[in-house]
Amino acid sequence: MEKRAYLEKQAKEIRKHTLSCIGKLGVGHVGGSLSIADVLSVLYFDQMNIDPKNPAKPDRDRFVLSKGHGGPAVYASLALKGYIPMDQLCTLNQPNTDLPSHTDKNRTTGVDMTTGSLGQGFSAAIGMATAIKIDDAPYYVYAIIGDGESQEGQIWEAAMFGGSHKLDHMIAFTDYNKMQIDGTVEEVNGLDPLDKKWEAFNWHVQSIDGHDVIAIRDAILEAKKVTGKPAMIILNTIKGKGADFAEGKVGSHNMPVTEDMAKEAIERLG
Amino acid sequence: MELKNKNLRDIYVDLLLEEAEKNPNVVIVEADLSAALASKRFFQKYPNRAINVGVAEANMIGVAAGLANMGKLPFTHTFTPFASRRVMDQVTLSVAYSQLNVKMVGSDPGVMAQLNGGTHMSLEDIAVMRAIPTMTVVEPVDGVQLASLFPQIVKHNGPVYIRLMRKGNDNVYDEGETFELGKAKVIKEGKDVTIFCSGIEVKESVEAEKLLAEKGISAGVVNIHTIKPLDVETIVKEAQRTGAVVTAENHNIINGLGSAVAEALVENCPVVMERVGTRDHFGEVGKQDFLMEKYGLKAHHIVDAVEKVLKRK
Repeated sequence: MEKRAYLEKQAKEIRKHTLSCIGKLGVGHVGGSLSIADVLSVLYFDQMNIDPKNPAKPDRDRFVLSKGHGGPAVYASLALKGYIPMDQLCTLNQPNTDLPSHTDKNRTTGVDMTTGSLGQGFSAAIGMATAIKIDDAPYYVYAIIGDGESQEGQIWEAAMFGGSHKLDHMIAFTDYNKMQIDGTVEEVNGLDPLDKKWEAFNWHVQSIDGHDVIAIRDAILEAKKVTGKPAMIILNTIKGKGADFAEGKVGSHNMPVTEDMAKEAIERLG
Repeated sequence: MELKNKNLRDIYVDLLLEEAEKNPNVVIVEADLSAALASKRFFQKYPNRAINVGVAEANMIGVAAGLANMGKLPFTHTFTPFASRRVMDQVTLSVAYSQLNVKMVGSDPGVMAQLNGGTHMSLEDIAVMRAIPTMTVVEPVDGVQLASLFPQIVKHNGPVYIRLMRKGNDNVYDEGETFELGKAKVIKEGKDVTIFCSGIEVKESVEAEKLLAEKGISAGVVNIHTIKPLDVETIVKEAQRTGAVVTAENHNIINGLGSAVAEALVENCPVVMERVGTRDHFGEVGKQDFLMEKYGLKAHHIVDAVEKVLKRK
């Protein structure tokens, strides 16, 4: 299958499984899970050097979902990749689950860092990239931060350190869906010009269509060529992308979803 | 290694260097206070394994968590308030909840912040750190104790908060004395009252014991160097021996050593008790001796507390 078609298909599968497990539960972080489906598809099914048969292999690439509330989309990716059984997905947030709202490295096979308190995962990812630098190791740390999350001071503490210390095995993404819990990012505490901010922190910055799998792939390939700078790929995305009831809606951060709503959205995805 | 009459920070850095020689995973993470800790020697010897994140304590803890996540053994350092209250969420989630093995040093505890004053005076760091599940909280009193506990801290797989006297060394113990992490040290058994103490209050308690002996009162002195996990067994045994307890700490009496001991006693063998420590107020600028006098942390204050508790026995 052609690369674009394959990665788009995987992104669609991630969206379907995300919707299905949230629908079964009745509530969840729909918006920010659906907006990162495409980048997850590229990472898990094209770019990351990982092996579900050997999840802890030391020389693997690492992935940190700093916006930990996008957990459902990561779980869908892990199941599709073969880390966890598909039928485990419906245990999301059920009593004694190993698939909590926010990603937890001690509960879920394939999760590299525990996140949930915004800003902290990115800082840990910078620490992981520091370890790679100490060891002069060839692998990469990938991290996704949210746009709302970018209002956390710790993001910029970590950004400053990453740029200053030339952590060029750090490849980060901002899920710039321009919405947060209380409104649009612009209304609450605007980030623009976001690209200029990261450039000013000495990062190599690209701003792309975050739903174009080939654009994402090309941006990662470019980021890997850059030396002496960490990379920030700003993904211009749409919150809730792919589900009519959530797409482009501020209220989609954490919303009730019935099984019927999920079913209908999954059918529309085709 | 010289352990007496030498600043604790220098002994700590000696110990770090010794460990780093054996273990290539040892790294240190500073937040612009390497000069205060005098850890320059580590930066010089292991430039690749010494990280300074600058004035960014939250990121210091995050970076340390990330390093630990990749198999490194990071030791962080800043002053006690910034090692505890400023980064409580980072320590709680990125380190403890994530089950990452990070050792965190807070230096200049309580009144030892001296002329840095109230903003730098942590009278609540024990409270903050002991509230975090899985955290070990240690307050070494001198070089001999630090050197004995350090290898155990390294070996322990889990987060440890080390409340470190930076300048000075109370020289309480003789060389060769050994200590067990999590096990209280009985300095002297008493008949009338038991004083449980940590940090700079150990020296004061030892002095108080002598003053009390002159008055015909037999006081036991027990050094709780590991405040969490608490050695409940020894605390109960020594409290039962005397039936009266005084705690002494360089910290707020709320949620510090005194509270921890009270919790253990109330659940096991309630006895009359008094707490010596700061009494729910902020710190201020002052030399250590002035502040200890003003806040009621001197040996004679411990004597007063003992006399008070004995009246209720």
